[in-house]
Amino acid sequence: MGLTFLSIQGLSVSYGGKADVLRDVSLDVQRGEVIGLIGPSGSGKSTILRTLVGLLKPRSGTVTLDGQVVDYTSRASLRGARDRFAIVFQQYNLFQNMTALRNVAIAPTLVKKRAKADVEAEARALLARVGLAEKVNAYPDELSGGQQQRVAIARALALKPDILLLDEVTAALDPELVGEVLDTIRALQRDGMTMLIVSHEMAFIREVASRVAFLDQGLIVETGPPAEVFDQPRSPRLKEFTSRILRH
Amino acid sequence: MWEQLIEDVPRFFGFWNLMFLGQALLNTLLLSYLGAAFGFALGFCLAIGRHPRLYGIAPLRLLATAYVEVFRRIPFLVKLMCVFFAFQLSGAQASLFTVALVTVVLSAAAFAAEIARAGIESVPAPQWNAAEAMNFSRWQMLSRIIAPQSWRVVVPPLFGYAVGFIKSTSIASQIGVMELTYAAKILNTRGFSALLCFGTILVVYFLICWPTKRFGEHLETRLGQRPQA
Repeated sequence: MGLTFLSIQGLSVSYGGKADVLRDVSLDVQRGEVIGLIGPSGSGKSTILRTLVGLLKPRSGTVTLDGQVVDYTSRASLRGARDRFAIVFQQYNLFQNMTALRNVAIAPTLVKKRAKADVEAEARALLARVGLAEKVNAYPDELSGGQQQRVAIARALALKPDILLLDEVTAALDPELVGEVLDTIRALQRDGMTMLIVSHEMAFIREVASRVAFLDQGLIVETGPPAEVFDQPRSPRLKEFTSRILRH
Repeated sequence: MWEQLIEDVPRFFGFWNLMFLGQALLNTLLLSYLGAAFGFALGFCLAIGRHPRLYGIAPLRLLATAYVEVFRRIPFLVKLMCVFFAFQLSGAQASLFTVALVTVVLSAAAFAAEIARAGIESVPAPQWNAAEAMNFSRWQMLSRIIAPQSWRVVVPPLFGYAVGFIKSTSIASQIGVMELTYAAKILNTRGFSALLCFGTILVVYFLICWPTKRFGEHLETRLGQRPQA
């Protein structure tokens, strides 16, 4: 029987004194699940991920991770949560002043105080796993977008996260580079990595996600298995969304 | 006039005058470089203390901002007088050299704080977000991510200002600090031609400023190169 691994209850987020960008969002994630978050731009998909890692402060609601409530106002609790999440951003956000290897190795050595030799061996293995064994000494601006994004995924994996958060990781890539990044994510799914994936790649979400949540204007409108959400949408808003996507 | 000048030269560059000028040069160098070094260090602390994502504590931030904004807009001579009278009012026994040094430090700090702020802000927010999400401490963020990426923005104007401070120290002659300009004035009153006195320190000022500027350029190219892993 699965204890819920990550439980988001009634999460509301607002910033800049504006209306809530997330309104009363609830979502339960089991270990090993891959959740696809879909919806129009500005619907709050990315906000969920950014709130989970504490880059945005929730106004209300609770996040429970492995049975423990995360208190986002407490530095210690936030540190604990960040230890277990890893996030990959749309714009890669690799550290520009470091090589690929250093990008992957820095957090485990600096933040988690692990031995440098061990971490670097692991980092090399991770870079090889995402197909970049050759590029360990390259700086971000010497890599293509797809390569940078794969380094970013390796960097996230080096943290040994319990949950990987992928925030529109292919949105900034040239179409011919999308495939290599998606392949990397597929491999992670096969390995049983728990993931929350925000993406506009509907075919991909349909393929890898165990469940899909559709957001609109800060609300989760519908959740369900991909087949259900994509083929038998119940709400008018989701019907409209899927029909528009299918027309593409 | 030229004959008088040529006649003056051997006497002007006599042993005692050279000792006198050497002492003055040393004071100018100390005022400029010590002042800039302490000032820049203080300025960086101000910039860090002022930054909302680093150590910014609201009242401290306001104070630092007020200081930076005010001190960048007061002429050096006025600052010098303020420091001079501040020392007098406080009753602290301070040499004229100390008064001048404190003034250089205080004004260098204000300019350096502003340059460092621009440097910190040149690093885009996503770099901060990535580090923050990976549990970097503020100090780790600053030392590993922000500072290495801002040097190239910070160093060139910093050395521009350093050269400016070397020139500003001449104003310290107004309160009687024995530096190059004051030394030239004294030699002039002792009867040496003004052209000779001020012409000599002109060359000396250039000989200090030029290598300083070149060193800044050297550092700039060095920082542009990447360490090979």
